Amino acid sequence: MSEQIKVTIDNITVAVAPGTTILQAARQIGGEVTPPAMCYYSKLEGSGGKCRTCLVEVSKGSEKDPRPMPKLVASCRTPVSDGMEVKNITSPKVLDARAGIVEMLLINHPLDCPVCDQAGECHLQDLSYEHGASSTRYEFDRRTFEKEDIGPYIQLHMNRCILCYRCVYTADQLTGKREHGVLDRGDHAAISTCIGKALDNDFIGNVIDVCPVGALTDKTFRFKNRVWFTKPVDAHRDCPTCSGKTRLWMRGDEVYRVTARKDKWGEVEEWICNTCRFDKKQASDWTIEGPSKIDRHSVIAQGHYEGVLKPQNFLPEVIGRNPKLLMNIHDVSGVNKNDIELSKLNGPAHAADFEQ
Amino acid sequence: MSKKILLEHAHIEGIRFYETYRKNGGYRSVEKALKMSPDEIVEEVKKSGLRGRGGAGFPTGMKWSFLAKPEGVPRHLVCNADESEPGTFKDRYLMEFLPHLLIEGLIVSSYALGSNATYIYIRGEYAWITDILEQAITEAKANGWLGKNILGTGFDCEIYVQRGAGAYICGEETALIESLEGKRGNPRIKPPFPAIQGLWMRPTVVNNVETLAAVVPIINMGGDEYAKIGVGKSTGTKLLSVCGNVNKPGVYEIDMTISVEEFIYSDTYCGGIPNGKKLKACIPGGSSVPILPANLLLKTAKGETRMMNYESLADGGFATGSMMGSGGFIVLDETQCIVRHTMSLARFYNHESCGQCSPCREGTGWMYKILKNIEYGHGKMSDIDLLWDVQRKIEGNTICPLGDAAAWPVAAAIRHFRDEFEWHINNPVEAQTRNYGLAHYADPIHVPTV
Repeated sequence: MSEQIKVTIDNITVAVAPGTTILQAARQIGGEVTPPAMCYYSKLEGSGGKCRTCLVEVSKGSEKDPRPMPKLVASCRTPVSDGMEVKNITSPKVLDARAGIVEMLLINHPLDCPVCDQAGECHLQDLSYEHGASSTRYEFDRRTFEKEDIGPYIQLHMNRCILCYRCVYTADQLTGKREHGVLDRGDHAAISTCIGKALDNDFIGNVIDVCPVGALTDKTFRFKNRVWFTKPVDAHRDCPTCSGKTRLWMRGDEVYRVTARKDKWGEVEEWICNTCRFDKKQASDWTIEGPSKIDRHSVIAQGHYEGVLKPQNFLPEVIGRNPKLLMNIHDVSGVNKNDIELSKLNGPAHAADFEQ
Repeated sequence: MSKKILLEHAHIEGIRFYETYRKNGGYRSVEKALKMSPDEIVEEVKKSGLRGRGGAGFPTGMKWSFLAKPEGVPRHLVCNADESEPGTFKDRYLMEFLPHLLIEGLIVSSYALGSNATYIYIRGEYAWITDILEQAITEAKANGWLGKNILGTGFDCEIYVQRGAGAYICGEETALIESLEGKRGNPRIKPPFPAIQGLWMRPTVVNNVETLAAVVPIINMGGDEYAKIGVGKSTGTKLLSVCGNVNKPGVYEIDMTISVEEFIYSDTYCGGIPNGKKLKACIPGGSSVPILPANLLLKTAKGETRMMNYESLADGGFATGSMMGSGGFIVLDETQCIVRHTMSLARFYNHESCGQCSPCREGTGWMYKILKNIEYGHGKMSDIDLLWDVQRKIEGNTICPLGDAAAWPVAAAIRHFRDEFEWHINNPVEAQTRNYGLAHYADPIHVPTV
């Protein structure tokens, strides 16, 4: 490791390698100082800079040149320099601009979350929840696009697209030949194939994972379930084309959906192939490793009961002696047996589950 | 004072062709320049104080000296002839009547920058000018000014003309480079700047047609001599394309020492406003710079006479000033409607946004729709503040300057003509049948900052 340079983000100093972007440095700190990123994807070369949600204020350029940068900069594409001071959530200017960007992203978004398969794991939902306003000032018809069929696996909802270009970069860098791209310009720019082609490359399914919104969704999972009802389980199989390390979204023994494993920034860890993603929908196809770690704040985590602590016995401390006759309901009831993992059960627990 | 340097020979018949052009002193600068070293030429251009004529006004010599010169990597010069700004047509005039002047400037500049393959990226709609340029290049080549071993100096240079496909955004230098590479004309995210990684990831300089043409007189008369023309940091002559409500619209060459008032009313230039009408407002530098009402156009906020140069036009910042921009001088008389005018500009920027970054893609359309509502009598008083807020959220938050260019005209119209917007909203029926007339310039008018 070469020498480290120091950058201060929201008054927190972190040492990073030269060439690191502000966003990556902020991710090293983690937490609230990390700017949101809708278009940047660390695994895709050239991505970022487009959505403008990660704008930050550089209040001090570097140790050598302490002048602040005149405009807000896209943190995902701006490399840090030694002694740089960055303001993210401590800058009202940044928060104001970010609220503006979220508003712009939402004015033409259909907000059809109740019927959208991405709901629950949608970055735009998270973003608007954190930075958006509760009402809109836009009073015109929302922009709509004609429906386009892009093959048997992937469903394209152009109305929901925020034109982050992630899927374009994915197809460019992961597949041999890109079949889709951005057509037209301005507010009519659309992700499309030229003309009416199907996306059928072996690795094209990954565009579903990189899509931050519900513009590209899995046709084999379409309207099958809500993501928060399914339980994510890490699994693997011996796949000849990809690493085979995936995440299964299960309900009971049924595999509803297969995706790649994502890290805490919502980015894919290892790309997976179409066979693993679309064809292997039997639990018997997979070796299950165990439940996936899901951020506690995610709606998906609501289906989990792992790590629930057994209530402590405080009574002796309170009354100063052991009670003469006290039935501890936690010990008596079979429902509280330690060896039953509620998160592994399908649906609500019944007495029968505990009497195995 | 009328001084012609670039357009000195423009009136001569047949100047478009090589023989006539050469007889009138053409290609002298190439002969002179090729005897100098490239660094000397850059030094001359620096001394001349020439500023980029494309709109931003960045010193050209400085831009040239930023060009990275790594060993073994070819460098490129690209001429930006994608002149698509509403109101700007000076480059078209220059290329149409004096194609050899541009070629001459390109050869000198290519030599100075070490570019062996130089490109002219011309606006797609200028189809006939492409032919003129191609012919001029063929003539220059036949006479040994282009190709291999020019004038026996060992310097090779080829000029290629590439037509755009009709996109305003490709006038932005990185979008132009993308388009030239055959890709979608989306602006690149800077850094890296083109001077480091431009065309095909090689160091590239992108200059406007007029800038490159101005290199010819700089070499001919010397940088110091050129710097004496004009005033302060606005050296040399500037081409202005005048349109709108004036008696004599057209392309004028000025030496930046005249006042705006003289430029509009003098018979040498625009010749005043037709039909005895009064001046209402003016956009001094192409559609994207802020519009100024007559009182602020002729005099600065400090009460000084406003001159036609970079500094004076920008005096007072955007609150009470504007910009020299690309030199598209649009004059509006009292019969013009500011709301309608702003709407048509907003429509243009909405149509020409590339759609890459969200504030510009969504915001330009939003501004257009609000302005359309106000213009057609469906506006609400809160729309004015909303419009102000939308433009504020676009400005400075986009990848390229198109976002700013879309926001500034709207901001300036509200800043200076808020009373007209209010009148439109309060009198929706009347606004359909007559114009507001001269604004009661209520400067400084209250403008919400948040």
